[in-house]
Amino acid sequence: MSEALIVLSGVTRSFGSGAAAFQALRGVDLTVEEGDFVAIMGPSGSGKSSLMNILGCLDTPSGGSYRFRGLAVESLGRDQRAMLRRHALGFIFQGFNLLARTSAQENVELPLLYRGEPAARRHELARAALASVGLSGWEHHTPAELSGGQQQRVAIARALVTGPSLLLADEPTGNLDSERSREIMDLLAGLNREQGITVLMVTHEPDMAEYAHRIVRLVDGRIASDTRKGALQEAGGVR
Amino acid sequence: MIWNALLLALREIRRNLMRSFLTILGIVIGVSAVITMVTLGNGATQAVSDQIASLGSNLLIIRPGQHLGPGRDSAGAAQFKVADADALRNQVSGLAAVVPVSSKSVTLVAMSRNWSSGVTGTSHDWFATGKWQLAGGRIFNEAEERAGAAVCVIGDTIRLELFGGQDPVGQQIRVKQFSCEVIGLLASKGQSTMGNDQDDVVVMPLRTVQRRLTGSVDVATLMVSVRDDASMETAKDQVTWLMRERRHIGPGDNDDFAVMDTRQIAETLSGATKVMTGLLGAVAAVSLLVGGIGIMNIMLVSVTERTREIGIRLAIGALEREVLLQFLIEAVALASLGGIVGIVLATLASIGGAGLMHVPYLFDPAINLLSFGFSAAIGVLFGYVPARRAARLDPIEALRHE
Repeated sequence: MSEALIVLSGVTRSFGSGAAAFQALRGVDLTVEEGDFVAIMGPSGSGKSSLMNILGCLDTPSGGSYRFRGLAVESLGRDQRAMLRRHALGFIFQGFNLLARTSAQENVELPLLYRGEPAARRHELARAALASVGLSGWEHHTPAELSGGQQQRVAIARALVTGPSLLLADEPTGNLDSERSREIMDLLAGLNREQGITVLMVTHEPDMAEYAHRIVRLVDGRIASDTRKGALQEAGGVR
Repeated sequence: MIWNALLLALREIRRNLMRSFLTILGIVIGVSAVITMVTLGNGATQAVSDQIASLGSNLLIIRPGQHLGPGRDSAGAAQFKVADADALRNQVSGLAAVVPVSSKSVTLVAMSRNWSSGVTGTSHDWFATGKWQLAGGRIFNEAEERAGAAVCVIGDTIRLELFGGQDPVGQQIRVKQFSCEVIGLLASKGQSTMGNDQDDVVVMPLRTVQRRLTGSVDVATLMVSVRDDASMETAKDQVTWLMRERRHIGPGDNDDFAVMDTRQIAETLSGATKVMTGLLGAVAAVSLLVGGIGIMNIMLVSVTERTREIGIRLAIGALEREVLLQFLIEAVALASLGGIVGIVLATLASIGGAGLMHVPYLFDPAINLLSFGFSAAIGVLFGYVPARRAARLDPIEALRHE
């Protein structure tokens, strides 16, 4: 591996200006190798969301640099970052963020639509993605007809359908009960293990962070701790 | 991408069917109003032209006063005499006929029914000049004209009103104190564009009308038909010159009579209907504009409502211009849909209206295409601002939007 998937060095992010300026990130250095499973934890206001937005190329750092596969993200324009998201990233949100009144199938096809895939291939890929999250037969249900866990599976299928190299999950189990949460985490861990997809996950539930290989704790916009779990613990991670 | 955006837009329209319908209502009304107004206006113009053409394009109408129709100047101007008609006939070359006309409103009685109508006193040339055909009987001859005989030729409406549809030839009509014999029946010409019934007519020799009805030797109108091989302009100039001479009008003074040719009348009338068409069309176009503002309004609401959706699309990699295109196409699809519905409504309204107004229905592809194009253009124009607002949204803010 020549260069890590993600290299953040001295990343700052501030909002507002002058006396009212607020420093959400105060110099974050973080390197994530391809195939890793990282949980980002921290109290509210610690800068988790800001970090996630920057990592997801939705936002740009105020200072420092963010290299994604050697590409300097901070120098990319709005459309170039959109292209990067389209081709390399997958998003999973706490609130699922599916299109309402739109079938699971169509929700999953959405990213392919922007890629300009032909209809037949879109259908095929979307069905396969839904099958891989265990939702075969639910293709034509709308989010309102699905349970929370199922909706999050649809969202995961949507993130997966383009074959991204990085999956960004923002509190993916925040709206789910513990049983549903474990199912979703098993799914993410399986994707990471079997398909080698890098997963970055924000969570404040220690139980969920247990699934990750590495836990990064943020406090006041700085990395307070960065611990990698031992091989033994990792093997026993799935309870 | 465009095809997909179109499908997406149509799905969005179907999803909010009621709102979409209300949104396009303005455009529907605007488009159908423009097309209906212009189509009916064109029909009316056509009908006026047809009617004038049916009189022949070689007719001069001379009336006392400076203007055709009622006006300040006509009050003082002297009426014509039969001698004026004779002078025109003898002294101006290239004329086919000179027809004096005098009219009087009367009550007609026959077979114990009565009917108010106008009696036209004229010469036998009136029938050929007005391109009238006979449905039965004959017209009066010169001997009857000289004698002021109590004979008349009637239009179809008179036949229906007084004789209940029976053959009137040979019957008597009582007009004021005298009875006259019906010697001929005119073929029906139907209603004129101005709405008056051309068949509501009783024609008698001029002298009969002068002696028994008006009690004067005045002639209200002179109709002059110019021979096909003669120049209209020359004839008009000569007629004007002769009439000035006969009425002793000095070189610097204005005419106290008006000479109108049928082409001029046609132009005046069709000019008037064209102006009306234009004005009505303009009013209708304003409603199209209002319809466009309605679309902008709803699209802005839609963008706000769908902020989260836009955020999702941006997050998964939609480009600014793709989001712009999506909303723009949605606005254009809405507006075009309004245009199509408007065209269908306008076609129905135009056919119905043309029937009611007794004007021909003329399908005008240009105005239909123009209105449709205009409505689509309104979609682009008024869809752009909301679409740009959607495209410029910050994905992070949009995702957070509740």
